[in-house]
Amino acid sequence: MQPYDLPDQFGHFGQFGGTFVAETLIEALDELRDMYAKYKDDPEFLAEFHHDLKHFVGRPSPIYFAERLTDQIGGAKIYLKREDLNHTGAHKVNNTVGQALLAKRMGKPRVIAETGAGQHGVATATIAARLGLECVVYMGAEDVKRQSPNVYRMKLLGATVIPVESGSKTLKDALNEALRDWVTNVSNTFYIIGTVAGPHPYPMMVRDFNSVVGHECITQMPEIANQQPNVIIACVGGGSNAMGIFHPYINDKNVRLIGVEAAGDGIETGRHAAPLTSNSGIGVLHGNRTYLMQNPEGQIIETHSVSAGLDYPGVGPEHAWLKESGRAEYAAVTDDDALKAFHNLCQVEGIIPALETSHALAYAEKLAATMPKDQVILVNLSGRGDKDINTVASISNISL
Amino acid sequence: MSRIKTTFKGLAEDKKTALIPFITAGDPHPDMTVKLLHALVESGADMIELGIPFSDPMADGPVIQRASERALANNVGINKTINLVKDFRKDNTHTPIILMGYANPIEAIGLINFVDSIKKAGVDGVITVDYPPEESKEFVSLLLENDIDSVFLLSPTTEDDRIQLIIDQATGFIYYVSLKGVTGSANIDIEQVNERVNNVRKFTKLPVGVGFGVRDAKTAKEVAAIADAVVIGSRIVLEIEQSNKDTLIDNIKKLMREMKNAIE
Repeated sequence: MQPYDLPDQFGHFGQFGGTFVAETLIEALDELRDMYAKYKDDPEFLAEFHHDLKHFVGRPSPIYFAERLTDQIGGAKIYLKREDLNHTGAHKVNNTVGQALLAKRMGKPRVIAETGAGQHGVATATIAARLGLECVVYMGAEDVKRQSPNVYRMKLLGATVIPVESGSKTLKDALNEALRDWVTNVSNTFYIIGTVAGPHPYPMMVRDFNSVVGHECITQMPEIANQQPNVIIACVGGGSNAMGIFHPYINDKNVRLIGVEAAGDGIETGRHAAPLTSNSGIGVLHGNRTYLMQNPEGQIIETHSVSAGLDYPGVGPEHAWLKESGRAEYAAVTDDDALKAFHNLCQVEGIIPALETSHALAYAEKLAATMPKDQVILVNLSGRGDKDINTVASISNISL
Repeated sequence: MSRIKTTFKGLAEDKKTALIPFITAGDPHPDMTVKLLHALVESGADMIELGIPFSDPMADGPVIQRASERALANNVGINKTINLVKDFRKDNTHTPIILMGYANPIEAIGLINFVDSIKKAGVDGVITVDYPPEESKEFVSLLLENDIDSVFLLSPTTEDDRIQLIIDQATGFIYYVSLKGVTGSANIDIEQVNERVNNVRKFTKLPVGVGFGVRDAKTAKEVAAIADAVVIGSRIVLEIEQSNKDTLIDNIKKLMREMKNAIE
């Protein structure tokens, strides 16, 4: 069996990925690809990256045996990779540290980012402040309203937040607007994409920076669980936390990889954000070919999820490939089930998980119940849920 | 000979520059699109770029994005766009129509179906904004097999070896993007455009059109002195946005005549 080495030099994962952008962006992407190729194995660059991950982010993040949750379910043992304990509260910061250090090496004084719930925006603003870079964050006008604490966080960190009024005024429109900014200001600007989507080299680069998560697990699991996991479960919106934990395990075929998408009100209602699970068709968006939520004429349709971070109509092209090749499996969890898992983890383990992560937890609970007690499930606890307490309270009819 | 080639040949013999306006199909309303196309021809359009509405037009500025949103609100997508060209062809068989759009709607209805339908409708060329040559070989050969021109964008940042790569796949004409940015951005640097267009001409005998920043008659005149075609998009779409249904046709004709006079 050949070791996994995708993407190819053009950024293709089988039929997925690639570089579907206007000619105006090609030179910027070529420059980025060349500079990333130059630095990705450079010992000095990597030393700086890992130094910041250790001292600024607080890595390695621990793996925690969720003993009471395991007992409650009564099946496989459930372990949690605690990305929620990172600085800024999620896995997102791993990638922003990497890209911002690359921006600095490339001599770009200005970074821009798109954000949905605000986690990637906060992580970008954080590292921009740390490195003294100007930071502009594009955020859908709807999301600006829904996520005001994160908007204020970004401002505290010195970033400029620009509400995007076009299209559906959500994450995908913020991404469009950030690409437009980049085309216009390419000479002094680095675009920090927050997920494993976008044109090549972004899906590969974002995956690589987040792979620190999976690499740590390979070392930590034998120490804490005396074995590698039988199953790894992670939530998938664009799919960066899932790629980060999956990728180092792709060649280890004994480990089942399961990505969990947002089923929203239910796949059958059409109100969801699960392009892989619903098999909604393949197309081209934001620079790559992948599975998309679209109508029969190729217009991107609105998605629905209680979790803003999963509310994206596409999915990283490498996930599309992992699905097609059968190496990973994909499932979806509804808003209701995710909320139940959210409350359960709060009460049983004393951890408030992000609503995104709660989708992975809900699936893990369901699967664990069907597995023998000597088997091990590892869930990527991708973020903490403090940012979601207003959403959850309002669903429970509680005003804070 | 294709309509695009014939048109450029005729203009070259008269030492004239082509005027190519852009509108989005279905904007402001599908009932107006064919009327607008004829009005553009009557007021001086040598060819027309017709935008296929798309929900996520990432290379376009706010003006053209709003046009897409209006068209989509009118339920005009790729199939209706093609039908509108068919309707236009009932009364016009000489003006080239170039469709401009994004890859996803084309892939959604299928490359073969798309090329077959646009050939029957009388489309002459296609610009697919997010299909660089590396990702569009199959599509380009389908177009060429059906005598439809495949028009590519070149940007101010496109390097020489890449210009060659693109020109190897391009037919009809070359569309030089006059600035770093999206459609309808800041004013263009005419000296730089001159230099870059001359550079492009070293690689090809195809006509070179210039667009993305031509927003007034003065700029149109300056660009016309350099290029074989002047493309005017956002300025026309803005006029559509700011007109009501009674003033629309007159306003567009007036704007077109200003531009036409400037470039002649």
